Amino acid sequence: MGNWLRSALAVAAKDIRLELRSKTSLLSGTVFAALVLLIFNFARDPTGLSALDLAPSALWVTYAFASIVTLNRGFAVERENAALDGLLLAPLPRGALYLGKYFANFVFVAFIEAVTLPLFVLFFNLDLSTSWWGIMLVAILATAGFLAAGTVFSAMVIRTSFAELMLPVLLLPFMVPPLMAAAESTAHLLGGRPLSEVMGWLRFLALYDLAFVTLCGMTFSFVVDE
Amino acid sequence: MDLAQAQRVVRRGAWLTAIAVVGAVGIYVMALSFTPPDIRQGLAQKIFYIHAPAAWNAMMAFVLVGIASGLYLWLGDPRLDRFAAASAEVGVAFCCVVLTTGPIWGKPIWGTWWTWDARLTLTLFLFFLFLGYLVLRRAIVDPMERGRFSAVVGILGMLLVPFIHLSVYFFRTLHPQPILMKPSSPSLPPEMLRTLLTSFGVFTLLYIGFVTLRYGLALATEAQEARRHA
Amino acid sequence: MPPAEGALLEALDLSRSFGRRPVLRGVSLALRPGDVMVVLGPNGAGKSTLLRLLSGLLRPGSGEVRWKGTTLRRGDHQARRRLGLLAHQSFLYDDLTLMENLVFAARLYALPDPRAAARAALADAGLAERADDTPRALSRGAVQRAAVARAFLHEPEAVLLDEPFTGLDASAAHHLRDQLGQLRSRRGAALLVTHRPDEAWELTNRVGVILDGRLALDEPRPDDLSAFLGRYHAMIRG
Repeated sequence: MGNWLRSALAVAAKDIRLELRSKTSLLSGTVFAALVLLIFNFARDPTGLSALDLAPSALWVTYAFASIVTLNRGFAVERENAALDGLLLAPLPRGALYLGKYFANFVFVAFIEAVTLPLFVLFFNLDLSTSWWGIMLVAILATAGFLAAGTVFSAMVIRTSFAELMLPVLLLPFMVPPLMAAAESTAHLLGGRPLSEVMGWLRFLALYDLAFVTLCGMTFSFVVDE
Repeated sequence: MDLAQAQRVVRRGAWLTAIAVVGAVGIYVMALSFTPPDIRQGLAQKIFYIHAPAAWNAMMAFVLVGIASGLYLWLGDPRLDRFAAASAEVGVAFCCVVLTTGPIWGKPIWGTWWTWDARLTLTLFLFFLFLGYLVLRRAIVDPMERGRFSAVVGILGMLLVPFIHLSVYFFRTLHPQPILMKPSSPSLPPEMLRTLLTSFGVFTLLYIGFVTLRYGLALATEAQEARRHA
Repeated sequence: MPPAEGALLEALDLSRSFGRRPVLRGVSLALRPGDVMVVLGPNGAGKSTLLRLLSGLLRPGSGEVRWKGTTLRRGDHQARRRLGLLAHQSFLYDDLTLMENLVFAARLYALPDPRAAARAALADAGLAERADDTPRALSRGAVQRAAVARAFLHEPEAVLLDEPFTGLDASAAHHLRDQLGQLRSRRGAALLVTHRPDEAWELTNRVGVILDGRLALDEPRPDDLSAFLGRYHAMIRG
């Protein structure tokens, strides 16, 4: 068990180190997310829809797309010099490979979300003083949900011709339950409701995360192994 | 696996489908001439006899895709993969039926084309899941890889369904209450129930016929490919 | 077909197709401790496929691969620990230093002291001073030596090599021969697919030829290289 976890962490550390060298995915993901938020702000009629009404949807659509953009990078990096073969040759449990990739993806998306949140507060003129940590909790759970099936699909679509197009086609239905839960919870929290009122949604998210990470880890071998 | 065997399967599927289509015409006649109209909803309610069985079969098609996917990953039998693909294609067609009859039914009754009620939303999701499944299959050339990948999507899709149910459950629904679900006795008058049950049977036969047909066509295609390469 | 006694790595009636196209048809061979087998064959004969099947990267269509008598299965990692593959690609990450690359590989193989193992392997390859360079900054020969270092890092018992001497400069070829010699002396085995049997002829003790997906020849290494090459060319033509 210790070895298993160590392998997963080694894979995650390797991915994080790689990304920190080139920074391409982090930078483009952050810029993308900022632009999406900007567009939401410009595209609404300030007299028609209040900032508070639009804010949760804007935030979560942004975060969802940022996740997709980041996921696309996940296995692309293993194509150079057939690095994926190097991983598969090793006595690396495929579930550990999945978890390592998943964790690295999570770190990247968390970074993008953290950087974008102040922009969100700024653009939509919000006060997060009481609700920020509740929103952070929602963000952690929902992002974990986005990336669960996302990591599996990103490994699959690498083998297809239109990888960047295929990933959203496959993934979006899977993103809807966590997206719905996140948007609802965020709306409640932004409206000043206490965290206890969104516990149902948080439990839902936690269950979703657990169920999908487990099943995805178990089926990952069928995706990467011949 | 040869062309003659494939043709036999196609023929069988064509017969089943033909019988089911005749049955469907029969339902049409039954629903319009031999079933009393609903007091509140009037003539528009008749679409129910198509809408409900189609929805049921779309759901069943999806569950079968999921089961076949799991079995395929376990056993590796290509017949399971072929069946899953056929079921997915038929399922997406049934989803289209549900998604068109729903609004047609809903507009006169509720005044809107679309509502986010439980069943309609779930069917919409199944539609997109099926679509993703089929698009993925088209994008992968190697048959073994295609089988493995779509099977994983099928299994993950099955796990998604209860979460969709739960999500939608948290919202109000405008869908008419499931009047058949009362444990004591169905609330439908006997003629309506008879038409509905017959319709369910016909649609199930339609599903079996279509899937057999599609399966046979897949066999025929593979047989021709093999002949070309040999 | 009964398994061979004392074999490290065996192919038993291995077949594999890609789509409709059969690439390997019923190949059987056994690598025993101390074997260094050279396999020749024209392009497209199935040599690379055979290596990928033996290494576990590819699953057989029919037949099996056995490691020390046990069939390789999905999820079986014991065999992977003791196997190595040196292919055309280096398996290195261009944005990580050589040291980082090898430490990562060492971690994948659960070596007890990854940094020490990586350092030793790089020193062996004459790359100690370049340990903090990325593959981008290195000459082709140096990258190849690094790839060899990575392949032998975990001291595998059996190594599969796909045209390992192609494009190798003198120092890299020397390093590879070194590693093969060490492998043989610790009773490991190697299978080399190559167009250049002369590069490791002294180390070789068995030769094979793959033609059209079948193992057309499998015998002890003859002493006369040129005569053997003559036979080989005749086989291809015929």
